[in-house]
Amino acid sequence: MSDREPLFSKKNLKLLGDPLNSSNPITVQVLGICSALAVTAQLKPSVVMSLSVMAVLAFANVIISLLRNTIPNRIRIIVQLVVIAALVILVDQVLKAFVYDVSKQLSVFVGLIITNCIIMGRLEAFALGNKPWPAFLDGLGNAAGYGWILIVVGLARELFGSGSVWGYKIIPASWYIENGGFYANNGMMILPPMALITVGVIIWVQRSRNRKLIED
Amino acid sequence: MDRNSNVYTFIYASGMVILVAAILSLAAINLKPFQDKNIEIEKKQNILASVNIEADATNAEEIYAERIVNTYVVNSKGEEVQGNAFTIDLKKERAKPVEEQLLPVFECQIDGNVKYIFPLRGAGLWGPIWGYVSLEDDMSTIYGASFDHQGETPGLGAEIATSNFQDQFKGKEIYDSGKLVSIIVAKSNETAPAEHRVDGISGGTITSKGLEKMLLDDLNAYNAFLNQKK
Repeated sequence: MSDREPLFSKKNLKLLGDPLNSSNPITVQVLGICSALAVTAQLKPSVVMSLSVMAVLAFANVIISLLRNTIPNRIRIIVQLVVIAALVILVDQVLKAFVYDVSKQLSVFVGLIITNCIIMGRLEAFALGNKPWPAFLDGLGNAAGYGWILIVVGLARELFGSGSVWGYKIIPASWYIENGGFYANNGMMILPPMALITVGVIIWVQRSRNRKLIED
Repeated sequence: MDRNSNVYTFIYASGMVILVAAILSLAAINLKPFQDKNIEIEKKQNILASVNIEADATNAEEIYAERIVNTYVVNSKGEEVQGNAFTIDLKKERAKPVEEQLLPVFECQIDGNVKYIFPLRGAGLWGPIWGYVSLEDDMSTIYGASFDHQGETPGLGAEIATSNFQDQFKGKEIYDSGKLVSIIVAKSNETAPAEHRVDGISGGTITSKGLEKMLLDDLNAYNAFLNQKK
């Protein structure tokens, strides 16, 4: 086939790149906010959550895309749910077996990946109508768009809320008021409302730089 | 075959469910040993935490093997009975009448002294709470305590799992002139002698009281054993 698209054609790269910025699932489509607020008190769970969502979304997209011509239309949502649920349970079991402490921290939120609107949204909007490879890229792109927001929020919250990054203390102990310094951790940062405000700040910065996103 | 026919839909749905079930059972069976290992390591970490030894997942087993020199099971009369202290399911034991309960005891060697560790299990506000308390060899002074919970409110009841709360227990006495009084987890307006009380958690009263009841009930079950050892 001479008209075959190259694997990384411009169109395919757009699938990967757009969700990072101009069609970001969190800051533009405002999907998946619940988990973004809940797991981002520290960097490590944010990263693990992002990777878990990436694994689930990329594979679910590919599987649904492969099955797209066989799925009976009337039960397509249920088929999508079964595929997502099965993948999420696999991810949960693997986390429990190999990174137990993180899986305890994420607790119910791994299970709640099933209800993450980003995933069903991509399956319904993209995977059902496209070939596996573009669907895979779309999944990776959207999960990365979700992930980088989580990681930025997690980094900010852990740094200002606990004075550490990835569990390592960054703020010198001598800065703290109880040791005679001038600094105190902002306990607010640990609480979910500050995650929403941090996401809000990211949206603000993004819209002021990308005028296309501003609605009339 | 018509993709929108009922027959196709039924066959498709059944096939999919069977396939997914097979994949998931396979994964669950194969990953079970790893998961059980993690739970065992966590239990060892918790036991060690009650004697103020911090262990992480990589060295918990080693430290446990070195420090926990003896484990055995007693009954409410203080007699030693058959059983494996580590694998006893406290949830099942607590459902039995106290005379039939199997009560695990762990002995830990620290600086040449023996500390006795007792597991605890009770109810918080939203679900079970549990923990370990260790006593000096006078069987009255608390050497350390660690608590954990399933779903207490973060920032309120969940504070029982923090070292701020647990450190208060160190050095407290559970006996008052021969009588088991356990530890009162108190509001500031409650009066109890300082050696028998710790400060409760503001906003976590039901969890605090649940913890107090857990300590009293479970230490009571060990009362005969504790008196024997004194």
